[in-house]
Amino acid sequence: MSRRFPLAALAGVGALVLTACGGGEETPAAAGGPIKVEASDSACAVSVTNANAGNVTFEITNKGSKVTEFYLYAEGDRIMGEVENIAPGLNRRLIVEVAEAGKYQTACKPGMTGAGIRGDFTVTGGGAKQTDPNSQKAQAVKSYAEYVANNTKALDEETTKFVALVKANKVDEAKAAYARTRVYFERIEPVAEKFGDLDPKIDAREADLEPGQKFTGFHRLEKDLWVTGLQPDAPQIADQLLADVKELVTKSAAIELNALDLANGAKELLDEIATGKITGEEEAFSHTDLSDFQGNLDGSKAAIASLRPLLQAKDPALVSTLDKEFGNVQALLDKQREGDGFKLYTTLSQDQIKEFASAVDALSEPLSKVAEVASQ
Amino acid sequence: MTGTEHTPVSRRKLFGMAGAGAALVGTGAAAGIGANRLLGGDSPAQAAQNVVEFHGEHQAGIVTPVQENLHFVSLDVTTKDREKLVKLLRTWTDAARRMTAGQEVGTGGAVGGAAAAPPSDTGEALDLAASSLTLTIGFGPSLFDDRFGLASKRPAALIDLPLFPADKLDPARGGGDICIQACADDPQVAVHAIRNLVRLGFGVTAVRWSQLGFGRSSSTSRAQSTPRNLFGFKDGTRNVKAEEADVLRDQVWATAEDGQPWMAGGSFLVARRIRMHIETWDRESLQGQEGIVGRSKGAGAPLGQAAEFDEPDFHVGGAGGEKLIPEDSHVRLASHENLNGARILRRGYNFVDGSDGVGHLDAGLFFLAFNRDTRKQFVPMQQALSSKDAMMEYLQHTGSAHFAVPPGVREGGFWGEGLFA
Repeated sequence: MSRRFPLAALAGVGALVLTACGGGEETPAAAGGPIKVEASDSACAVSVTNANAGNVTFEITNKGSKVTEFYLYAEGDRIMGEVENIAPGLNRRLIVEVAEAGKYQTACKPGMTGAGIRGDFTVTGGGAKQTDPNSQKAQAVKSYAEYVANNTKALDEETTKFVALVKANKVDEAKAAYARTRVYFERIEPVAEKFGDLDPKIDAREADLEPGQKFTGFHRLEKDLWVTGLQPDAPQIADQLLADVKELVTKSAAIELNALDLANGAKELLDEIATGKITGEEEAFSHTDLSDFQGNLDGSKAAIASLRPLLQAKDPALVSTLDKEFGNVQALLDKQREGDGFKLYTTLSQDQIKEFASAVDALSEPLSKVAEVASQ
Repeated sequence: MTGTEHTPVSRRKLFGMAGAGAALVGTGAAAGIGANRLLGGDSPAQAAQNVVEFHGEHQAGIVTPVQENLHFVSLDVTTKDREKLVKLLRTWTDAARRMTAGQEVGTGGAVGGAAAAPPSDTGEALDLAASSLTLTIGFGPSLFDDRFGLASKRPAALIDLPLFPADKLDPARGGGDICIQACADDPQVAVHAIRNLVRLGFGVTAVRWSQLGFGRSSSTSRAQSTPRNLFGFKDGTRNVKAEEADVLRDQVWATAEDGQPWMAGGSFLVARRIRMHIETWDRESLQGQEGIVGRSKGAGAPLGQAAEFDEPDFHVGGAGGEKLIPEDSHVRLASHENLNGARILRRGYNFVDGSDGVGHLDAGLFFLAFNRDTRKQFVPMQQALSSKDAMMEYLQHTGSAHFAVPPGVREGGFWGEGLFA
């Protein structure tokens, strides 16, 4: 599993302020410096109620007796920026990047509740509203959503079988089913990671547990099957795994992805390979890392396939590079096939591991450029 | 004997002493010739500037403005003879006094001894200035077992560090009975110092592990600019600074009341070797990197603010009310606002130890931090980071060690004198 928690704000960071590089001396470009806001328990006095598009800086002073908040809203109460927890007597600063001209509202919320004390705020200049939904992007997201749905369904079915084998104490059969089941999870891992607590419950490695955190999920059963023998609580662990997987299936169906999610997901799957599979850390007991590797690669390829028409239109050279590098990694994996799975990771020589690492690097670099192309 | 009992020979080139014949001249003859001769380019003022005073209430190398280079060594004590260990501490202290003053080790130095004997100084720092060399010693938990009768002297705060989530510790890069931190503005001066101390210790101590570091990754004085770590971000903007006397008193220096009178004026040192997965980091978008750190990459300003030293405001939200400094960002989790006020003095260095054999650089941050009570400061901080920090995706802690750093040395005293009293 990934040690990383999903970046909550992948989408819609329009208001994220990025300070100008280098100088650090520049003040945000609001004519006449920061706009003073004097907040009290019953008033919200904004010194200037209009600004040019760009970075708008508010300096809020709480002269009241209650803790307050300050907001800048766009139409429909869409939050452009806010600062909470302004204690009485404190000065706080809020820098908001407002790209579009239009009508906005300021609000102070004494006591940090309710709709607040509103005031109109006008922004002039700047760009026009972007209302051109890119059909290629929508198509990409739709096609990838189908891929996710198919794989979560298969994950559900295979986990059901695997759990039944564990509970029936059929160790050899459970071992045979283990890697086959995990492939479906590995394919959609970036989606699973969007549900903070589910991913660790299903996929935590023993080495990554926090003190007091219970070792559950696939890898706990892996340890039972390959190392310690099935422990007395294995049936409960198995039931919990299935319940968690079912919850993942339900949640995945409802998640709204965008093109950037696909691009980042494709890259993250390769990062997973580079930092987890190449080192043999993921499947520390069963050494079925190559099967996970294939799952990650499949998932990455599927995300790129969904984006293909979009990428083809914008950067055909990148597409052919990706095709070539995906092919290279796949060819190396194919050499390690055995039966309907892969050789154990422990049988690879250092040279073979290095060959994998180099091929993954060669693919990961162009993959990391997809996000920029997809977000244009 | 102490360093004041014989005339110090400066390492600077002795004018007119070149050639084999001259090398046989004893130190007596050299006295007064070398003492005031300076290296090319050094004015007397500069030469004085790059000597850091060895003696004092606290050991040098903690609040000393961070030098550019590090050579850190962790040693195991191989003897069971307490007297031998005490004698070595005296010998080391004497050598440290001399080297930090820009002088050679031993009476004959590198070229002034008998021709038939190996030189007492290894020689690679001849002609080099003191280069702000500091040498700082620490004692690990394992020194306080039954070998030297020190069990009752072990400070309660000198815990065996817990295993943190996602640690992947290499036993060959952790622990140790004694550590010595050498910092200098010239890498060769730092290496020379550790090499000579290790040499003096043969038979009493043996090297367990060591680490080279470059490009200080923190600043400990307001007079220093904030350097960048290998992720390309400014590191240490909100570090404890030498100018913050009250913070040092409360959060860095141990006192007699903390439990062990011999530790008064000392501190506790945590060393962590943190491998950075720089190749995958470099594929993370700028926005992603900034969200993980919680600062802008250029100016180093906290997200939502304008300049590096603006205080972070953890209550500012952007579009949709998402916190601009994300909940899982490094800056938020490591901030004293979110750790009951706990702060640490960081003094880490970047490292690149060659490569890992599968095509990646073995690079990262050798984290060094001083705090008054590791149980209340470093441990809760690292627990929060190891379990929640988005940056952990790109980090792997491979080495870990903990040391009690005794107070400073008085003229004529020696390292750890209070402990062995």
